[in-house]
Amino acid sequence: MKLPPFDYACPTSVSEVVALLAAHDGEAKPLAGGQSLVPMLAFRVALPSLLVDLRKVAELRHIKITNEGIALGAMVRWREILDDARLRTAHPLLIAAVAHVAHYQIRNRGTVGGSMAHADPAAELPGIAVTCEAKIAVTGKAGARVIAAADFFQGPLTTALQSDEIITEIRLPLWPAKRRFGFQEFARRRGDFAMAAAALFYDEDGGKARNAHIGAIGVADRPLRLKAAEDAINGTSIDEAVIAKAEAAASASVDPADDIHASGAYRKALIGVMVERALRDAAGLKTT
Amino acid sequence: MSTTAPKRASNLFVGSPIERLEDLRFLTGRGQYVDDLAVENMLHAAILRSSVAHGRILSIDSSAARARRGVHAVITAADIGTVPTIPLRHDPTPAIRRFEQPVIADGKVRYVGEPIAVVIAESAALAEDALEAIAVDIEALRVVADREFARKDDIILFETVGTNVPDTITAVRGKADDAAFNSAPYRRREHFSVQRHAAVPMEPRGLLAEWDDANARITVRGACKVPFTNRRALAQMMNLPEASVRMVEYDVGGGFGARGEFYPEDFLIPFAARLLGRPVKWTEDRRENLTALNHARDMECDLEIACARDGALIALRAHACTDIGAYVRTNGATAARNIAQVLAGPYRIPHVRVDVSLVITNKTPVGTYRGPGRFESDFCRERLFDMAAADLGVDRVEFRRRNLIREADMPYPLPKVQVLDIESECDSGDYQITLDRCLAEFKWAERAKLNGKLIDGRHHGIAVGCYLEGGGTGPRENVRLAVEADGSISLFVGSSSVGQGVETVFAQIAADALEVPMERINRVLHGSTDYVAQGFGSFSSRSIVMGGNAIGDAAQKLRTLIREAAAKRLQCQASDIVIDRGMAVGPAPARAAIALKEFAGLCADGTFASAKRTYSYGAHAAYVAVDAKTGHVELIDYVAVEDVGRIVNPLTLHGQCIGAVVQGLGGAFLEHFIYDENGQLLTGSFADYLMPTASDFPQIRAVALEDKPSPLNPMGAKGAGEGGIIPVGGVVANAVAAALGSLGVEPRDLPLSPPRLWQMIQAARATCAAR
Ligand SMILES: Cc1cc2nc3c(=O)[nH]c(=O)nc-3n(C[C@H](O)[C@H](O)[C@H](O)COP(=O)(O)OP(=O)(O)OC[C@H]3O[C@@H](n4cnc5c(N)ncnc54)[C@H](O)[C@@H]3O)c2cc1C
Repeated sequence: MKLPPFDYACPTSVSEVVALLAAHDGEAKPLAGGQSLVPMLAFRVALPSLLVDLRKVAELRHIKITNEGIALGAMVRWREILDDARLRTAHPLLIAAVAHVAHYQIRNRGTVGGSMAHADPAAELPGIAVTCEAKIAVTGKAGARVIAAADFFQGPLTTALQSDEIITEIRLPLWPAKRRFGFQEFARRRGDFAMAAAALFYDEDGGKARNAHIGAIGVADRPLRLKAAEDAINGTSIDEAVIAKAEAAASASVDPADDIHASGAYRKALIGVMVERALRDAAGLKTT
Repeated sequence: MSTTAPKRASNLFVGSPIERLEDLRFLTGRGQYVDDLAVENMLHAAILRSSVAHGRILSIDSSAARARRGVHAVITAADIGTVPTIPLRHDPTPAIRRFEQPVIADGKVRYVGEPIAVVIAESAALAEDALEAIAVDIEALRVVADREFARKDDIILFETVGTNVPDTITAVRGKADDAAFNSAPYRRREHFSVQRHAAVPMEPRGLLAEWDDANARITVRGACKVPFTNRRALAQMMNLPEASVRMVEYDVGGGFGARGEFYPEDFLIPFAARLLGRPVKWTEDRRENLTALNHARDMECDLEIACARDGALIALRAHACTDIGAYVRTNGATAARNIAQVLAGPYRIPHVRVDVSLVITNKTPVGTYRGPGRFESDFCRERLFDMAAADLGVDRVEFRRRNLIREADMPYPLPKVQVLDIESECDSGDYQITLDRCLAEFKWAERAKLNGKLIDGRHHGIAVGCYLEGGGTGPRENVRLAVEADGSISLFVGSSSVGQGVETVFAQIAADALEVPMERINRVLHGSTDYVAQGFGSFSSRSIVMGGNAIGDAAQKLRTLIREAAAKRLQCQASDIVIDRGMAVGPAPARAAIALKEFAGLCADGTFASAKRTYSYGAHAAYVAVDAKTGHVELIDYVAVEDVGRIVNPLTLHGQCIGAVVQGLGGAFLEHFIYDENGQLLTGSFADYLMPTASDFPQIRAVALEDKPSPLNPMGAKGAGEGGIIPVGGVVANAVAAALGSLGVEPRDLPLSPPRLWQMIQAARATCAAR
């Protein structure tokens, strides 16, 4: 588990990073918090010729809250999100989700850009990005572009990023103060990747739910929106019958594969339970 | 103690909650582990391990690896010549010995992780880089991936032996035959299994070997657990006299039975050091640790009991089968032997017969892991007891109370292990006391009202179980006490430290025995082969029983020497001298006192020998809440009560118990080595092999008693390192079953993972609906 040989660079600007990546033709990798990449090096499943450390790139470290929403620089660490008092009202769903990411030590180092680029299907932030229709700002040698979260994740550890591109910013749309939300996750131990998690929110209009967004984590090769479950609650006032319908719809809309930790059938049922419980949290209804 | 000297009213140190002497060193970063060592000229080793579970090695081409920068050597079976196998340390029946592991793959590979080649290079990273350059051509053979297939003997792992079943170990008490079962008013038979998991010490193994060419001596740093036994094995393999092999122990970050046994690397690294004439260091990384260190448990058991209508047990019989992996390692048969011996547990069962077969498969070999065979046995037995009690309408607590071995029955014989001719008996105890205390601490009567209830969407359940812990295994331990120039005492002992705090408890025992302040015991030197002529190490909860009593013996001898020397100086009788607070004090009226440093150079050797084992015992209770929709089990409360005969240090004992319970919970809920049909380990990193962590099970309480000392040694001590883990699987599985009683869910297999429990709940609901 010693790291394989590689060169190392520690530039201070996005343009230098991009130039280095482009010059190495797919053989270079950005290094952010190292919490996913370094284990992959130790297991020798990643063998880059060059690591481009992003830790000195100051332009990637901001948390901006504006009328348009929230912008998280790629090098923002989990700890900084949890410590930012503004975000607790500006995006409580984000806070609820990040609280489930890993452990203290890992949260001190892991970054939002690293998590998005790593694209683990059971990771929380990609799930929040998809649920909230986030936009991902990236920069490469051809310049900057913005990718919708729904198009960004393409499979396990696979994204729409080109090898010379880095994520610069994650943009979450504005969060209305009265929005209702819930986040429920089930993991074997605290801090483990989710076996399944549900992130959801809806707005209210005359006592009826509208604009429902329901996201599922850990039940497919990437985070998903569960349209059928959203349909089950849009236009309703949330009660036991609606919750049951949403649970059933959530379960029915996924088809997880079996793996060493759980059968597909288990995860399929579990995502329904997570949606049910998240919806109860959102609506303020107790477990029966 | 001498009969003439006035006896002290009380022991000062033994029994006191003294903080560990070791901790200051650890907490200030001054612990020294083997990987901390660096010596001049040192080279580093990395080991190429088989990625194929079963195959014939056609060729190994290491020329490209040898040519790499910084690489000094690549060692394979061809370089070793006649490849030695690793001798069994425990339970070596002739049948079992045919399956010993060669120190390096010799013509065949039989599990993923088996060493094929060793690269020696300037740095550990360069050595690891070079592994990729070794070309190994292996003809893959059909893999024997499970017990069932192994027993068919369709594919044979050891062609010359001709079977995959090394041996069957049988233990018998009375006559548990068909007649006993057929005439019984009630019987029940069930099939249980415990998954493959392991001791996973926080510190992986490490070795630093140095060859002294001038004197033809090898020094191996990083020894632990059984350095004297390993010295003998290594001397034989390297063709050296035992005196030319020196084993040195450093701080050890956990052993739990697995660390310190003789593994292939324990030969390969010293061999490389001699071959190259340079010091060679190897530090196991976690990835190799999970396939190289002994695995454990992995058993299934077909268990049947017969009893009277009131629950009084008549007979127990079982066929168990342990998957011991690809070879029989040093103690690979020990868990099987223990299953045979202790499946009946602390209960009076007149007729017992247990047959345990060992089966070879293409997996990592097994060895002992804290409570070997006992954890597995207790799970099966305690589960079946709860099922039987429910069938009979007998209260679960009453069922156990009725059947526990009574104090009047002591000594009570365990079933005799036939092939190995092992007889043992419970030495002393009142098993009802620990059960009652456990129920009281747990508030059983109050909680029984919640049993089986659905509260806030979760099913609540409680359970209690009883166990035996064998310890104090012989044959012997040796100790030397010496008075140093400054009047302090050095203590040399053959026991080893694997992190359990032996320095502290040995210093307590020695201070009391010599009647000196504890600070006077300035050094407790253990583990290395330099300190005593012959030592036996730390396994089977033996250190206090064997080492502690040997200290008592040495202390008595040293006191005699001191009194004799003092008597000479003061011109009185040795019997007039009292040793008090580190002084030898003469008779009244003068009461002349001589400081201990005046006796510098005096030293005494002590020994304690015993062929009989001690049996500590206890009861555990658990309270759980099960979320039927996710299969998650929350442990709301857990109480462990044990009687260890004599408590030397309540603090370290408490730590042993809590840690052992947490390990047991890991085995009950989380840890699982899963292999696929090709013999590939699928849970080979900490991302997938789930260890319990400090925050997972915060609700554990432990109570230790010393009501019934062992009659087998002067201290009255019994083993205390393993009890905490033994009953855990059975107790929590019974609590889960009790919680889900309304659904009729009966766990028969560990671990109780959420998906598995959920699946059982689904199945139970489907059956209910079908009715
Ligand atoms: C024990 C453990 C438990 C964990 N549990 C969880 C969990 O529950 N939930 C969870 O979400 N995560 C979990 N993680 C992962 C953790 O959150 C990681 O920090 C995260 O996935 C990656 O972030 P990083 O900053 O460490 O990225 P790195 O490891 O440095 O990089 C990861 C990948 O992203 C690329 N990359 C990094 N930054 C950029 C960028 N700006 N642009 C383009 N590519 C980039 C790298 O090249 C690499 O391929 C866990 C990790 C560990 C070790």
